[in-house]
Amino acid sequence: MSSATLEKDPKTGPLSATGTQEYLTFVLDGQEYGVDILRVQEIRGYESVTRVPNVPKYIKGVLNLRGTIVPIFDLRCRFELEEVAYDRTTVIVVLQVNTGDSKRIMGVVVDAVSDVCNLSNGEVQAAPDFGSRVKTDFIRGMATRNERLVILLEIDRLLSNEERSVLEKLSE
Amino acid sequence: MAIDLAQFRETFFEESLEGLDVMESGLLGLEPGSTDLELINRIFRAAHSIKGGAGTFGLTDISRVTHVMETVLDEMRSGKRKVESDAVEVLLKGVDVLRDLIDSARAGCEAEADKIAAIQARLDALLITGSSGHSGDQHSTPSSTTVPTAQAGWEIRFEPETHLFRTGNDPARLFRLLEEIGEVRTEADLSRLPAWNELDPEQAHLKWRLELVGNVARPQIDEIFEWVEGDSRIIVQPIQSSVAPAAEARAVEAAAEPPPAAATNTSKTPGAESTRTADRKAKPSEASSIRVGIEKVDELINMVGELVITQSMLGQLGQDFDMSRIDRLRDGLAQLERNTRELQESVMRIRMVPVNFVFSRFPRLVHDLSSKLNKEVELLISGEQTEVDKTVLEKISDPLVHLVRNSLDHGIETPEAREAKGKPRNGTVKLDAYHHGGSIVIEIKDDGAGINRERVVQKAREKGLISPDAVLSDEQALELIFAPGFSTAEVVSDVSGRGVGMDVVKKNIDSLGGAVSIESKVDKGTTISIRLPLTLAILDGQTIRCGEEKYILPLISIVETVQARKEDVFSVAGGGTVFRLRNEYLTVVRLADLFEIEEARRNFTEGLVVVVEGGGQRIGLFVDDLQSQQQIVIKSLESNFRRVDGISGATILGDGTVALILDVAGLTKMTGATSSSRNNGRNENGENRTEGAHS
Repeated sequence: MSSATLEKDPKTGPLSATGTQEYLTFVLDGQEYGVDILRVQEIRGYESVTRVPNVPKYIKGVLNLRGTIVPIFDLRCRFELEEVAYDRTTVIVVLQVNTGDSKRIMGVVVDAVSDVCNLSNGEVQAAPDFGSRVKTDFIRGMATRNERLVILLEIDRLLSNEERSVLEKLSE
Repeated sequence: MAIDLAQFRETFFEESLEGLDVMESGLLGLEPGSTDLELINRIFRAAHSIKGGAGTFGLTDISRVTHVMETVLDEMRSGKRKVESDAVEVLLKGVDVLRDLIDSARAGCEAEADKIAAIQARLDALLITGSSGHSGDQHSTPSSTTVPTAQAGWEIRFEPETHLFRTGNDPARLFRLLEEIGEVRTEADLSRLPAWNELDPEQAHLKWRLELVGNVARPQIDEIFEWVEGDSRIIVQPIQSSVAPAAEARAVEAAAEPPPAAATNTSKTPGAESTRTADRKAKPSEASSIRVGIEKVDELINMVGELVITQSMLGQLGQDFDMSRIDRLRDGLAQLERNTRELQESVMRIRMVPVNFVFSRFPRLVHDLSSKLNKEVELLISGEQTEVDKTVLEKISDPLVHLVRNSLDHGIETPEAREAKGKPRNGTVKLDAYHHGGSIVIEIKDDGAGINRERVVQKAREKGLISPDAVLSDEQALELIFAPGFSTAEVVSDVSGRGVGMDVVKKNIDSLGGAVSIESKVDKGTTISIRLPLTLAILDGQTIRCGEEKYILPLISIVETVQARKEDVFSVAGGGTVFRLRNEYLTVVRLADLFEIEEARRNFTEGLVVVVEGGGQRIGLFVDDLQSQQQIVIKSLESNFRRVDGISGATILGDGTVALILDVAGLTKMTGATSSSRNNGRNENGENRTEGAHS
C-alpha cells in the first residue's frame, strides 16, 4: 500500500494532497521517530566505526558499506539526548539523502527499529513552531499512532543541515 | 545509400585528427630544399585521406582546404615545387585550421568563416605566386605579393582522362557553368586525338586551354571542377595580365585586409582559442576512449581465466571442508592472492598510455615559440614510451606546456646573448620521462640562463611572501617561484610572465599526489623534475598507529623516520616544538594533538618522528608506531561525506575496517594554525606542554 507517488525514486518532495506514505519508525530515548521508507536503503546491526578527527561529536565516524565509505551520525547526540552504551538492539539505518543535486548515502545510529507504518497525509500535522531560536525544519510533521506520538523527520534537511552548520563553525 | 553514415563520423574525426598529427610531424621534419619523397608522400597521403573522408560526410569546408593543401603537396612530390620554409609554414597553419574545423564539426557548431577564407587565400597565393605572400603575424610589411581575391582572369588547362565520360561528366557542361561566372574563351588541343579508325566516341580525347575573364574567385572555379578532379588534370593559373598596377593595388589592399583579420584573430584568440582549446580538452575526456594494445587485452583474458580456475578450486574445497584440508585451503588462498595481484597489475596497465601522447605536442610548440621569440632552440625528447596512467597524463599536460614555455621564454637566451656567454647559439631543451621507484619522473632540462636565487629571494621579500630574515636553503629559495603571484619577469608577455602559471602548475601536480623540484645554476641551465604516482586510484601507504587509531601515510610523502632523543627536541617560545635533524630544525607536531586522539603517547621519546613532506614544507609527525606498508585503494571520503582537514581519503583494510589517509599538505597547514590555539588551551589546564623538551 504505497502512496500516490509510486516511483521508487526517493525524491518524494512535499506531501501530495491525497495519498499515504509509508514510514519506517525507530526509537530514540523512548521517543518514536519516522523516516520515509523510500529513503531507507538498509538496516544493519551496529559495527564499530572508524573515527574521523575534527568533526562534530554527533558524527561518529565512517563505515565500510560494501566498498563505499559512509558517514555515520549518532542521532542521540544530534538531538542532544544523553548518550547510552550501544547494545544488541542498536542499529544503523542507512539512508539515501539528497544534498543539493547529488545523492549521498549516510547512516544514523538509533536505539532500535520499530516497524513500518502507513500514514495518510491527513494524519500528519505540521510541526509546531518553537520560534526562531529553535530550528525545526528537519521535522516534516507529527502524527499519532497507537496513542503514541511519532515525529516524522525530513531526512534531507536533518543530515544536510550538518554540513552547513559545521562549515559555518569551522570558518569562524 | 541506406547506410547511416553518422555512426562513422566519430571514427572519421578521430582518424582525421591522427592524420593531422602525422601531417604536422611530417611538416616539422621537412627541411627546406628537402627531396625526401617518402616523407612528402606520407604527408600527402594523410591529406588525401582526410579530403576523401570529409567529402563523404559532406564536410565541404574541410575538403576544400585539404584539397588545396593536397595540390601544394602534390607539386612538391612531383618536383614541381621546391620545399621552402614559407610553404611549410602555410601548410602548418593549414593543419591548425583543419584541426579547428574538425573540432567545430565534431561539436556541431559553425566554423569561423574568416579563418577559412584566410587560409584559403594564403594557400592560393602559394600556388599562384610560389610564395606564401601573406605577411602573417610576425612581419607586418605588406610589401610581398599577396593573393588578390579579385583577379583579372584565370587560365585553366583542363585535361580529362580518357574515361571521363563514363563518370557521367561532360566538359561542355562544365564550360557552361564557367560561362555563368565569367567570360570564357576556349582553345581545344587536339594532340591526343587518335586516328579516325581508332577513335572511340565514348572516350575523351580532347584537352582544352580556357581563359576565364572576370572577377572570379579561385574557389568558384574549383567548385565547378570538383566532380572531375579525380579524373582529369586541371591547372588553374591567374592570367598574367597587363593590369599589373591594379593587381598591385589590390594586392596591397588585400594585404591590408589579412593583417587586420589576423590582428582581430589574435585579439580574439585568447578568448576564443582558450574556449576552443578548453572545448577541445573537454572533448577528449567526454568522448573518452583509449587505445589498448591487443597483447594487454589477451593478458587480461588469461588472468581472468586463471582466476576462474582458482575460484572453482576453492569452491570445491569449501564444499565439504574439514580441518585436515587446511593446507590446501592455504595454498588455494595464496594462489588467489597471486591471481588477484596479477589481474590488478594487468588492469592498471590498460589505463597506461605512453607519455608520447603529451610529448608529441612539443615539437610544434617549440618550433612556433622559438620563431616567435627569435631564439634558436633544439628540442630533445627521450623516454617517450614510458607509460603513465591516462588521467594523470591528461592532467599533467597543461603544466608541462607551461613549464616548457617558461624554459623558452625565460630560460633560453637569445642567440646573441648565448654567443656572448660562450655558449652555442642553439639552446637545448630536453624532455625526459622514466620510471623510478614506483613513480614516474618527468624532467624538463634547459641549458639557458638558469634561475638567479638571489633575485628570487629578493622578489619574494618584496612581495611579502617570506619574512625578511628567513633563512632558506637553495632548494627552498628556488621553490619560491611556485608561490602565487610571484614572477620576476620584467615584461608580461602573452607567453608567460603573469605570475599565475607556476603556482597553478604546482597545484595541479600536488593534486595528482606528485611533487615538483627545481635545480638551477646561473648561466648553466635549469632542471625541473616532476614526480608523479603511476596511478591515481592506488597508493603505496604506510600504516601508522596513534593510540588506538590507525592512519595511512602516503609513502611518497615520507622522507625518513627517526627515533627522537631527548636532547633533540626543543620547545620554542610561542608554543611550538622543534626537532633537530642533523643540521635542520623541523617543526614537530603530535598527530594526537591535531586529531584529538586520546590514548596516544605524549612523550616525544616514546614514539617515532616521521619526517614528511607536503605543501612544499617538511614537518615531523609524532606517532606511536609504524606498522605495515601496503598498496591501498583510495576511496573517496567526500562522495558521501565531506572534506576533512588533514585527510585526503579513505581506504578499506583487509579486516574490513576503514582507515583514513593523511593529507600531509593539509597537516602542515593545520600545524601552523593550531599550535597557538592549542597552546592557549593547554596552558589553561595547567598541563605542562613542554615535556621531553630541552628547557
